Amino acid sequence: MDLFRRSVRSLFDGGEALIAKAFPPQWNPILNLSALSFLFYWIITASGIYLYIFFDTGVEQAYQSVEYITNEQWYAAGVMRSMHRYASDGLVLTMLLHILREFGLDRYRGVRWFSWLTGIPVVIFVFVAGITGYWLVWDKLAQYVAIVSTEWLDRLPIFGAPIARNFLSPEMLESRFFTFMMFLHIAVPLIALVILWVHLQRVAKPKINPPQGLVLGTLASLLILSLVHPAVSQGPANLSEVPGRIGLDWFYLPAYPAIESLPGSTTWGAAFTLLVIAVALPWMPPLKKPRAAVVDLANCNGCRRCYEDCPYNAITMGPRSDGMPFAAEAVVDPGLCVACGLCAGACPRATPFRRRTELIPGIDLPDLTLARLRDGVERAAARLEGNGRIIVFGCASGVPLDGLPAGTAASVPLNCIGQLPPSFIDYVLSKCLADGVVLTGCTEGGCRARYGIEWTKRRIARERDPYLRKGVPHERIRTAWVGRLGRKQLLALIGDFSAELAAIPRSGPCDAAIRPRPRQTQPRDQVDA
Amino acid sequence: MREAQRYVGQALFYALVACAIGYFSSRPVYTQIPAGSAQIKMSFSHGGAKKQACRKLTPAEIAKLKPSERRPNTCARERTSIHAQLLLDEHVIYDAVLMPTGLAGDGPARTYQKFIIPAGRHTIEARMRDSARVDGFDYEKRATLDLVPWQSLAIDFRADAGGFIFR
Repeated sequence: MDLFRRSVRSLFDGGEALIAKAFPPQWNPILNLSALSFLFYWIITASGIYLYIFFDTGVEQAYQSVEYITNEQWYAAGVMRSMHRYASDGLVLTMLLHILREFGLDRYRGVRWFSWLTGIPVVIFVFVAGITGYWLVWDKLAQYVAIVSTEWLDRLPIFGAPIARNFLSPEMLESRFFTFMMFLHIAVPLIALVILWVHLQRVAKPKINPPQGLVLGTLASLLILSLVHPAVSQGPANLSEVPGRIGLDWFYLPAYPAIESLPGSTTWGAAFTLLVIAVALPWMPPLKKPRAAVVDLANCNGCRRCYEDCPYNAITMGPRSDGMPFAAEAVVDPGLCVACGLCAGACPRATPFRRRTELIPGIDLPDLTLARLRDGVERAAARLEGNGRIIVFGCASGVPLDGLPAGTAASVPLNCIGQLPPSFIDYVLSKCLADGVVLTGCTEGGCRARYGIEWTKRRIARERDPYLRKGVPHERIRTAWVGRLGRKQLLALIGDFSAELAAIPRSGPCDAAIRPRPRQTQPRDQVDA
Repeated sequence: MREAQRYVGQALFYALVACAIGYFSSRPVYTQIPAGSAQIKMSFSHGGAKKQACRKLTPAEIAKLKPSERRPNTCARERTSIHAQLLLDEHVIYDAVLMPTGLAGDGPARTYQKFIIPAGRHTIEARMRDSARVDGFDYEKRATLDLVPWQSLAIDFRADAGGFIFR
């Protein structure tokens, strides 16, 4: 499973890097799959409302009304029909890619099981909505879809008279069947939307609106496709004939030829097995859960920064429980915490300059405390020499940090780059632990912990609390959002940056070329004990 | 220049995705049944005769019943199974004994069958026995038909319309 997951991730990393050559990071479609799915949903809704004005439910009328839409009013309703159709296909495409990517990024296990599980009914509902939509056109494809669907349902021993008998001959078909299908075609997507709302409940600030440039590009390409290759019907349905050759929509109906030809026990068995696997996947095997962030009330003044920065709504602000004169305190729900450390990076008490008291911030990760992080920084600094020394802070999901040029660069690993309080950069530079700092991690927009890169960028730019101190020289800081595959770029950046740093005259403590002494700090869990 | 290249790259990406969506939304074409074939669908939902005929209750039996449940006759609910056959050019292609549905076996027997056959002239015969008789059939219909390619012949059954209906 792990090998498969890593293969999927590599495919997405490769695709993302390729597409990044043309798209700016915030517009990269691979990084906006869920938002694109929402965009397609809204296009389908808007075009569907327009089409509903002209659609007529009835055995004869359904096809005729769709023909009117397609031919008589091709410039408006016809284009809307094509947009409706192609956006539906786009929705399936982006939705399936979104699922695969989340799988590849291992964002479906542990506390994220909830989003995975609630996504499953959405997938089913999207397919049901699409299939009922094809039914309504009542052309040859609709006839095929209706008959294969009902025959498949009839293979379940739960219905009375075979539903497929409704399509035995033209005389047996009734208009009210189309009314029922129309109802399903509207109701099912609405139910899917409600489930989507639940799906996003454990995600803070979900990305449901793609950036404007991507919206424009998607709309334009859909519009051009609709004009160049409009969606058309495939001749009226005729129950006295087998549809014969049909242009199947392979986004929605890839299983239909198999459903039609294989025994019901095989196809229902396969569908049920697939469903069971999908449901069980978050526990196959379960994620070895890192310990959740812990709040140290003695150092928490209820400032809300960790609450604002948590990407998974794992922190709430509760009433003060220790009698201190603050309005609130941070409360972590371990069931929701993914231990990304963004909260520790946001804590104003997380300053490595603290020496008189132990470095215990208001909130911290027990498995990688900021005290240990400071030790790591100092150990890394001790390995550096020369005039272009660099400390590289890198996240666990980014490029592997082994094999950096010895003496020139030394790494300090983090769970996510957002775990790094800006004061650590200040600490490195003002204490002359290195001549420069490189921050690296996932690709821009592709942060595994969702907001690690964005918060870091904004903290450094002094746009989001906690700010990087004003006097910290920005020319000694570089960022490399290059992802797992960006080793070459990172090494090139380190080489160039080191040369640049060597050319910058030293000042302050570096002037005296003071080297730090590695310092032992008691691990946080021992302090707690 | 580099910016222009990026826009060209974006346009190519959108074009590629649009082409993929446009193509796979209706291609490759799927052929449901082989060229030159036709289809016969036989389906019905029909209740067989009751296994036992109704009989008059004796005065003693009526007296034993609660006053609100007293009736002159008693009828068993269970129906007989249905024996259905379909013959194509004198060859049996479907032969089944269909059990009545329902927990008490009093519901209609049902079937829904599809047969793909070569188009052309065929003699088609449908038979059904829905009574307790041992030999022969209660309903039979035979017809010689020219089935054109892709034609779908429906064989339904309605006792009130006289038996099998070919359409």
